[in-house]
Amino acid sequence: MEQLSGGEMVIRALKDEGVKHIYGYPGGALLHIYDALFRQEDVQHVLVRHEQAATHMADAYARATGKAGVALVTSGPGATNAVTGIATAYMDSIPMVVITGQVMSFLIGEDAFQETDMIGVSRPVVKHSFSVQNPEDIPMIIKKAFHIAESGRPGPVVVDIPKDMTAPTDRFDYEYPKSVKMRSYNPVSRGHSGQIKKAMDMVLDAKRPVIYAGGGVIMGDASAELTELAQLLNVPVTNTLMGLGGYPGTDRQFVGMLGMHGSYEANMAMHHADLILAVGARFDDRVTNGVDKFCPTAKIIHVDIDPASISKTIKADVPIVGPAKHVLQEMTSLVKNSKKQLEKEAIDSWWQQIDEWRGRHGGRFRTDDSDKMKPQQVIEMLSKVTGGDAYVCSDVGQHQMFAAQYYKFNKPNRWINSGGLGTMGFGLPAAMGVKMNFPDEEVVCVTGEGSIQMNIQELSTISQYNIPVKVICLNNGSLGMVRQWQDMNYESRHSQSYMESLPDFVKLAEAYGHVGMKVEKYEDLEAAMTKAFAMKDRMVFMDITVDPFEHVYPMQVPRGSMRDMWLSKTERT
Amino acid sequence: MRHIISVLMENEPGALSRVVGLFAQRNFNIESLTVAPTEDSTLSRLTVTTFGSDKVIEQITKQLNKLIDVVKVVDLTEGDHIERELMMIKLKANGQMRAEIKRTADIFRGQIIDVTPNTYTVQLTGASDKLDAFIETLGTAHIMEVVRTGVSGLSRGEKVLSL
Repeated sequence: MEQLSGGEMVIRALKDEGVKHIYGYPGGALLHIYDALFRQEDVQHVLVRHEQAATHMADAYARATGKAGVALVTSGPGATNAVTGIATAYMDSIPMVVITGQVMSFLIGEDAFQETDMIGVSRPVVKHSFSVQNPEDIPMIIKKAFHIAESGRPGPVVVDIPKDMTAPTDRFDYEYPKSVKMRSYNPVSRGHSGQIKKAMDMVLDAKRPVIYAGGGVIMGDASAELTELAQLLNVPVTNTLMGLGGYPGTDRQFVGMLGMHGSYEANMAMHHADLILAVGARFDDRVTNGVDKFCPTAKIIHVDIDPASISKTIKADVPIVGPAKHVLQEMTSLVKNSKKQLEKEAIDSWWQQIDEWRGRHGGRFRTDDSDKMKPQQVIEMLSKVTGGDAYVCSDVGQHQMFAAQYYKFNKPNRWINSGGLGTMGFGLPAAMGVKMNFPDEEVVCVTGEGSIQMNIQELSTISQYNIPVKVICLNNGSLGMVRQWQDMNYESRHSQSYMESLPDFVKLAEAYGHVGMKVEKYEDLEAAMTKAFAMKDRMVFMDITVDPFEHVYPMQVPRGSMRDMWLSKTERT
Repeated sequence: MRHIISVLMENEPGALSRVVGLFAQRNFNIESLTVAPTEDSTLSRLTVTTFGSDKVIEQITKQLNKLIDVVKVVDLTEGDHIERELMMIKLKANGQMRAEIKRTADIFRGQIIDVTPNTYTVQLTGASDKLDAFIETLGTAHIMEVVRTGVSGLSRGEKVLSL
């Protein structure tokens, strides 16, 4: 049998797992592993400029492909810098394997140089973690790490490896395990048929049904199944922030995103529904608004792979634990074979009501209250120029909500954002992670002048690996979402939400060897954007000046029901 | 309401910290916790007593089940069960209190397991409320030290928590 050192086993196991790229940053505890990396060509390493970016790149790769991304970071500060990225993936249930170096095993606990208890530090934000105690265990631990990260409700897994476990002088038999079996971990592979039948009986009795679908449809590869069932039933579909693209955004049955900044029609439909079919969504606080006032007339069917998500905040009338893909398939076949169908008259009048709501607000925004460009106009233009077909990787803030509202996603896995944790600085490395794996696709980072500066150093990584992403920076000179809350709740006292001394982003991009463009007038936008996207092999940073006074609407009134919304600065439901 | 939750988990380093961490992280309450390996040394059995509404208890059992190291979880208070806790209590035992403590310990079926000229140490086993009652009966004035193991328990009859 082949003899490998622990360090070589790490890299070989990744290769055997089918990993093409890993994202990382070397350091003392990883030197043996980096040496093993140097002596092979199968696994390509991407050297980031900050470990947080490595985790976001791995995370975005996973969001775009459904397969676990891999980050490699050293002990101590390398590991702690990765924690934000791990927490980001954890909150959004993204499969990721993060390999962290650790000090020599005999030094653990002695406050050695660059020692951090990474298992302890990361514990609340991982699906699981492993600490390598014997080098022979490395192949099985890595196999288990991928299995756990990718199956069931996905999530990040940390593998902490003390330096002496990777010593080049100690060699062991290497065989990568073909399968893994764990008595304590058996994720469900199908939903309970009785529950599914009960649920569909209820659906077919409904007069005002809504499908509320989340990120579980994206990561569960169930977009086609969701679309088929929804169209078979002719019922409205709303997506969560994490679920956008799970149902075609330009389809008539799509009523938009729901929740805090959801569309008027989506939130109204939810509030008035008599049945909610929730699939791969978790009724989080940004969706439900006040839980005591949530959808008073609705019966709730909740499909989720994670039993702990069901009835956590909102009690489900029919809980179904199972993978979205399988459950939706079974639901579709039940409907196809059922004599009972939805009552046509009821559904027609439900649609009439929804279309009326859609007509009343329909995502309009004013362009006449300022001579500045509106951020919404930029996103609409982006949607137009990219044909609604780009991978859009967003940072966090107003621009994220505008992108979610105005970019029409027709395909899953194309909207990539930090929904749960809301991590500023996510967008740029995320775009890089996607572009490296889909070099022929358009990959955009939608950001603001606040978020982009949280991982701006990655412009250097982009130069090194020539990753021609496009950055659309909606520059309003302030932390827009913070400012909006201050306008609405703190009598416009803009405490620390204004950034003085912004860099000249055009020159900054150029300093890193990229193309910088500044756009200040809407008349120039289309030409500039078209030009930017025509530069296929260049990274282009578009610094776009937008109205600093614009707010994101609709916005739910805190602790109200789904239908309690501000529709503009002056208009309330 | 008080619940006794029994957890069968892998006897791995760090497994206990995941359980304890979960309770802290999700704002669940722990009244007592006890853990030791079982007859199968690869498995540990952990018993935790906690208070919470039905909704909270449902979340506790679900979240525990989600931990990768956890093999099985059961809420013992859902059915007939037996619970025991062991207490060792060191008491000032002078003058007439010496006889009084002995009598009370006998009534509670406790045993005096250490004796010095001025102290008795009593060992007492039972449900938690029995141990509470013993403390209440003797009064805190005489108590020097109390140590309790926390609750252990299992279901009555044929029902078992095993692989």
